[in-house]
Amino acid sequence: MKEELFVSGRMNNMIDPTLHIWHWQIPLYLFLGGMAAGILCLAAVYYIRGEGKRYYTAVRITPFLTPFLLVIGLLALFIDLRHKLFFWQLYTNIKLQSPMSWGAWTLMVITPVSFIWCALHIRDIFPKWDWKYKWLRELEKFFNKYKLALAWIMLIYGLILGIYTGILLSAFNARPLWNTSILGPLFLASGLSAGAAATLLLSKNPDERKHFAQIDLVIIGIEMFLIIHMFMGYLAGTQVQIEAADMFLGGPYTMSFWIFVVIIGMLVPAVLEILELRKYHIPALIPPVLVIFGSLMLRFIIVYAGQVSRWLY
Amino acid sequence: MRYAMAVDTRKCVGCSDCVVACQTENNVPLGFCRDWVVEVMDGTYPQLEIEIRSERCNHCVNAPCVRCCPTGASHFAEGGIVLVKKTECIGCGACIASCPYDARYPHPDGYVDKCTFCEHRILKGMKPACVEVCPTKCMYFGDLDDPNSDVSVVLKKRKFKTLIPEAGTDPRLYFLI
Repeated sequence: MKEELFVSGRMNNMIDPTLHIWHWQIPLYLFLGGMAAGILCLAAVYYIRGEGKRYYTAVRITPFLTPFLLVIGLLALFIDLRHKLFFWQLYTNIKLQSPMSWGAWTLMVITPVSFIWCALHIRDIFPKWDWKYKWLRELEKFFNKYKLALAWIMLIYGLILGIYTGILLSAFNARPLWNTSILGPLFLASGLSAGAAATLLLSKNPDERKHFAQIDLVIIGIEMFLIIHMFMGYLAGTQVQIEAADMFLGGPYTMSFWIFVVIIGMLVPAVLEILELRKYHIPALIPPVLVIFGSLMLRFIIVYAGQVSRWLY
Repeated sequence: MRYAMAVDTRKCVGCSDCVVACQTENNVPLGFCRDWVVEVMDGTYPQLEIEIRSERCNHCVNAPCVRCCPTGASHFAEGGIVLVKKTECIGCGACIASCPYDARYPHPDGYVDKCTFCEHRILKGMKPACVEVCPTKCMYFGDLDDPNSDVSVVLKKRKFKTLIPEAGTDPRLYFLI
């Protein structure tokens, strides 16, 4: 029998015994950014298809959440920085190989776009709204004229934002759990599902509610497929990836992942939504709240577990 | 110019003199270290084998920390040394998460800090502090492009390994075995 004893003289704060450099700020931001991306993508898609009236809430009301989601997310990111006074360095550099640089620039585009989109629809919430200054009214006219182009920008940058929240992690080959390209599509799907859930929360129109419950069901199905695919990928991978998967298949993160993310966050709301579509009476709040909770837990569990997974040498 | 370092695992006794020398030379904050000693014990008593390594940043050729840095603070200096520009670092921690060797740490002042191969000494023609101070002379430093440098000579005659070559980082820190 061979035994190995590994003793390291290093005990750096936030690095040893296992990495814990990223705390609540990063998963919270990944969740808020992903949900905002989902809401904006869905709003843009239905606007481009000319269904702004039919899916009124999704196109015109739910996007009002996104400026708040994005600003809180950006604030969380700022709190996470340890050299805060130099944050502007993000915007004096473009690094094509760095996902974080992509993210910083994407947020630079999508945050103002989300504000503009809300400004164009502000009369849906405050019918008597008036832009006190002439130049603001003219600006509104200008954006109204190019609203379709704005919707396309919102769709494309929304997709980049949604995927980037996963790619940010999957680009780290030092953390075997994160180092799978499935994370990009998985986080995008999770963000879209949270975005559809946000519309389900706000919409009172039965036709729209039915449509978004169906969309949510399809996306949950895709997420399940991606999660299974992700674990198959780990188990067919290298030793470190097998060990990373073991954290979820009997290891310390098994209960939290399968109960909070998969059962409470995906399977239960899926069943409830199917029942609702079959005309059973289900409290309207429960399925979307569970979906949003699952989406949040997914980010927290992946970010924390990923930092524990490592190469051993 | 390609700077590299070789550590003789058969000569190293794990005294940690290199660690103290580095902390003194580079004013490393209390509780942190840029280099450290790892002991790996193999086998079952009495058939035991021990390998002692003085480890630090591997100054990888394909450095994930340089690739993922959003501001360009992590960069390659002359000779392939991986350095961090304090005034460009925002302290986001991406490079720390990207390093399979966990060789970087967040400096209490906010920026990310790591081994510099004692660049300030190299520029004056001196060796890094850890190499200079080693009582068993187990470390070799030099330019791989110069066939007569300490490191080139010892790598020619000894077997060596790098850490986690499968991570694809192409390290410039060699361990003689």
